[in-house]
Amino acid sequence: MPYQFSFEPIYDNWGILAEGVLTTLGLTLAGGALGLGLGVLGAVVRFRRTPVQYQIVTAYVEMVRNTPFLIQLYFIFFGLPSLGLRLAGWQASILAMALNLGAYSTEIIRAGLESLPRGLFEAAAALSLTPRQTLRLVLLKPALKNVWPSLCSQVIIVMLGSSVCSQLAVVELTSAASLLQARTFRAFELYLFATAVYLLLAVLIRFLLRRVGRRFIARGRP
Amino acid sequence: MPPLINADGIHKSFGGMEVLRGTTLRVDEGEVAAVIGRSGSGKSTLLRILNGLETCDAGFLSVDGERISGLERDLRRLRLKVGMVFQQFNLFPHLTAGENVMLAPRAVKRLSRPEAKSLAGEMLAGVGLADRFDAFPDQLSGGQQQRVAIARALAMRPRVLLCDEITSALDPELVGEVLEVVRKLAAAGMTLVLVTHEMRFAREVCDRLVFMHNGVVGEEGKPAELFSRPQTPELAAFIGQAGQGSAGR
Repeated sequence: MPYQFSFEPIYDNWGILAEGVLTTLGLTLAGGALGLGLGVLGAVVRFRRTPVQYQIVTAYVEMVRNTPFLIQLYFIFFGLPSLGLRLAGWQASILAMALNLGAYSTEIIRAGLESLPRGLFEAAAALSLTPRQTLRLVLLKPALKNVWPSLCSQVIIVMLGSSVCSQLAVVELTSAASLLQARTFRAFELYLFATAVYLLLAVLIRFLLRRVGRRFIARGRP
Repeated sequence: MPPLINADGIHKSFGGMEVLRGTTLRVDEGEVAAVIGRSGSGKSTLLRILNGLETCDAGFLSVDGERISGLERDLRRLRLKVGMVFQQFNLFPHLTAGENVMLAPRAVKRLSRPEAKSLAGEMLAGVGLADRFDAFPDQLSGGQQQRVAIARALAMRPRVLLCDEITSALDPELVGEVLEVVRKLAAAGMTLVLVTHEMRFAREVCDRLVFMHNGVVGEEGKPAELFSRPQTPELAAFIGQAGQGSAGR
């Protein structure tokens, strides 16, 4: 007998699925904003090569980029309580996502800073700006503009990576789908739905980030 | 009266290659000096040292009676007195023409926004770009961008303006509008040091011509004298070639 498709579990349980989608979005928003902020700070340290800070940031970047996200998540959620830092699942998820995005975006934004023409630094110096003012007022926006598409992709990678947070019993989209799957055995339908929603979210986030970029980073330019 | 800029015995090497070998340059208040010479003769390096973008290995530099060391704090004070315009304009791409001019007066001199805005308007009007206040650099022609760069440097009210081959990156038809601005500044009594390949312009506008050769000042004097009676074969050869090179302009 051929498989009978039934999407009823999705209609019947839209509440928990909607909660899952919102949680995924919330994690991405919080982790994305914190991660990008961390990336700017890390990039500035790497770019200016301030001793000690530079080594610390480099170690952080290499540690995050060369270990699996799941292990980072487990370490924060299961490992840190041994040191007295006990976080809720959603808190650990946001922290892990922010740290992960922070490391990758540090390198992306640093590359953006280093790609800027030497003349911008010199023009700023010739106007008596301090190195700090030069970074903040002159270099940061053009650098972010240069690498904005890469940063958008990285945010989306982290959004998709949030599915791993289902391991901490955070009811985001993946765990909502898995939960219902275990209850209804409608794996095909539920995971198809989850796939479609992730795809949609990715497209939506890319669209929104592009607009943000155009508004705040590359304003007034085609 | 002591010279506004006094550079004495300046030495500078880049990786074993000695670019300046004891260069001496004095520029008086209100003087317009052009530094000419072949590529590699050290003229741009000299200009960059006058503004602290490079520090010299040996030598003495004072501006407006103040001795300049290589310290960052000293350099920023120096740059308040010495403005600079570059070959590649170097406008800040994310800011409008007006914001480019406003940035340093706001950040360095702590002018209020309205003050900086009216200053920027005045400076842009001075270079004939009052109507392009809200244009972004990539909406401006090369000549317009360079004029904004001049306005940006002048907004800091420097005692002297250094111009490093400011027309070399421009299409020939845009050179005139930039030189016109420089000519106006010279007429208004601004102290200028120009590194330039525009021989005819140097001859017309400058009070003094400084010919650099192999990292030292080979000859200097009034343009008319230098052009008509070069004392060294190097300058004679340079004038001959430059004359042919810029005949089309």
